[in-house]
Amino acid sequence: MKRYIINRLLLLIPTILGVTFIIFTIMSLTPGDPGRIILGQGAEQADVDQFNRDLGLDRPFLVRYVTYVANAVRGDFGLSYRTGRPVYESIRNRFPFTVTLAFLGVLGSMIIGIPLGILSAVKQYSFWDILGSVSAMFLAAVPGFWLGLMLILFFSLRLGWLPSSGVGTYQHYIMPAITLAIPGAARILRLTRTTMLETIRTDYVRTARAKGAKERTVVWKHALRNALLPIVTSIGVSFAAALGGTVITEAVFALPGLGTLVITSIRMKDTPQVMAAVLLLSFLFMIIILLIDLTYGFIDPRIKSMYR
Amino acid sequence: MREKLLEIRDLKVIYKTDEETVEAVNNIDLDLYKGESLGIVGETGAGKTTTALSIIRLLPYRVAKILSGEIIFNEQNLLELSEKDMRKIRGNNISMIFQDPMSSLNPVLTVEDQIAEVLRLHMDYGKEMIKKRVKEVLQLVGIPHDRMFEYPHQFSGGMKQRVGIAIALACDPDLLIADEPTTALDVTIQAQVLNMIDELQSRLKTSMILITHDLGVVAQTCDNVAIMYAGEIVESGTAKDIFEGERHHPYTEGLFGSIPNLDIDEKRLNPIQGVMPEPSMLPSGCRFHPRCPHCMDICIAESPQSKSFDGHHIKCHLFL
Ligand SMILES: Nc1ncnc2c1ncn2[C@@H]1O[C@H](COP(=O)(O)OP(=O)(O)OP(=O)(O)O)[C@@H](O)[C@H]1O
Ligand SMILES: [Mg+2]
Repeated sequence: MKRYIINRLLLLIPTILGVTFIIFTIMSLTPGDPGRIILGQGAEQADVDQFNRDLGLDRPFLVRYVTYVANAVRGDFGLSYRTGRPVYESIRNRFPFTVTLAFLGVLGSMIIGIPLGILSAVKQYSFWDILGSVSAMFLAAVPGFWLGLMLILFFSLRLGWLPSSGVGTYQHYIMPAITLAIPGAARILRLTRTTMLETIRTDYVRTARAKGAKERTVVWKHALRNALLPIVTSIGVSFAAALGGTVITEAVFALPGLGTLVITSIRMKDTPQVMAAVLLLSFLFMIIILLIDLTYGFIDPRIKSMYR
Repeated sequence: MREKLLEIRDLKVIYKTDEETVEAVNNIDLDLYKGESLGIVGETGAGKTTTALSIIRLLPYRVAKILSGEIIFNEQNLLELSEKDMRKIRGNNISMIFQDPMSSLNPVLTVEDQIAEVLRLHMDYGKEMIKKRVKEVLQLVGIPHDRMFEYPHQFSGGMKQRVGIAIALACDPDLLIADEPTTALDVTIQAQVLNMIDELQSRLKTSMILITHDLGVVAQTCDNVAIMYAGEIVESGTAKDIFEGERHHPYTEGLFGSIPNLDIDEKRLNPIQGVMPEPSMLPSGCRFHPRCPHCMDICIAESPQSKSFDGHHIKCHLFL
């Protein structure tokens, strides 16, 4: 188990290197240069060239890449082209919002999706099942920004219960978290229903019934734990995706999160800022995937025995 | 004096799906006496598992329907019991060993946990007593008890089936239903496991229903035999009636004909002509008539009654 974790962590190094290379290449190959974008269309060409030279952009691609990696290894991720401040500053400011939001969103979708999914499966074809499936289908189809806007319209403008934008209190997180949670809940509900329907029909569940176990024991002790693997994967991936992909929610609720930072920085060709943010996100992504795999081991002894 | 333990009367079970209605079990009668064993033999699809699942009332929910009949166990009709009362019987008075040991144990629970569960459900034991009993039943089925904390995937197929047997026997049931307990196992292991079941059954004086499609297995283990074809019991009697009697249902004769006989140097087996009819489209009259070498006009028109020769029942127009 320990060796497995160490191996997986070592694997992070080449993966992260690969990510840096790809992002760096894309940022270099796309048209436009930072000097022109930051100084504006009215600036003199000589000033723009000087600006770019100061950033070291006149050097060949490979030299720039190797310099970047060498500095990054020493913990120096550079200065933002746009602000001239170290890139980690804006990341440090924004990261907590994004993590909190992603966490609340995923937690919400679990709390709604898993119990309803189980209920739908156990009472297949009943009123509850049909209601659950239909609303899941509906909610999965609702675009996040629309849902966010509707929530603002109702709870902020009409009722005045919740703040519509910005950060500061826990109330600011309620509507963004719901906006993120609802589509996720619909997905988890349907996944839970499908996998539970499958496990409920397995032979070992029949064995449990043949022992005289109560239906509740059969569902929670015998079926759910076996149905959990795909659900855990889906939750982990949702969380990882929410970390990098809450741009729309952030935009609707004017939250200063990482997603917005990445989008703005890409537009500004602010390579160091983009690199730092993407590196952090991909690092987190891989840690989450590792955690999912380790959770598998706790759920399923067959998988645990392979982690050597 | 033989004492009746289980009596099935006029049991009819169908499976109703969107496309079709399958008449899986058609008005069968069965008797089982205390301490005795009954073999149910028949081809695949004959309705053996359906009969077994009807007894413990675990037929697939919604799809399967019991249309008529009664199943009297220890003087109460199981079909009239509430689900709660039925749960007290399952695993305690009636337990079942399933066909496929590979999938019949829960992969995420230890063997100990799975055996202890049935004890916790039905016995008034403390923790220590449960542990002791788990070790005891594991020993009974020949598994060293230091392996009780392992998971099913660490066991071979034969050992998994032994665990299945241990679960079934843990509460000392009155009736053990073994549904093709060895079909999924290696031939060498099959004999071991069967001998063990046979030995335990006679030692513990449990009554048993052994489902199989192997006449040899029945000859070796069972006191009584019922031959099933297309949801009906076409012949039943003591093992002596079936293996040594002179009168037989043509289907039974066909079954014997498909066993290789080493005494006579036959060039090839004599399997029964044709295949069993789809249970959703059963033929008229006697269900066996399209394959029967003795088919008469009446067989096509009328379903035969069962006739008893001193407890040896045959359901065929030849004997009416
Ligand atoms: N869940 C189900 N839905 C629909 N039809 C079913 C279902 N289970 C069984 N059947 C049908 O009922 C008939 C009897 O099946 P059953 O499982 O009792 O046969 P069996 O004698 O146990 O066969 P085998 O030797 O293959 O185990 C078969 O035709 C089968 O296709
Ligand atoms: Mg069967």
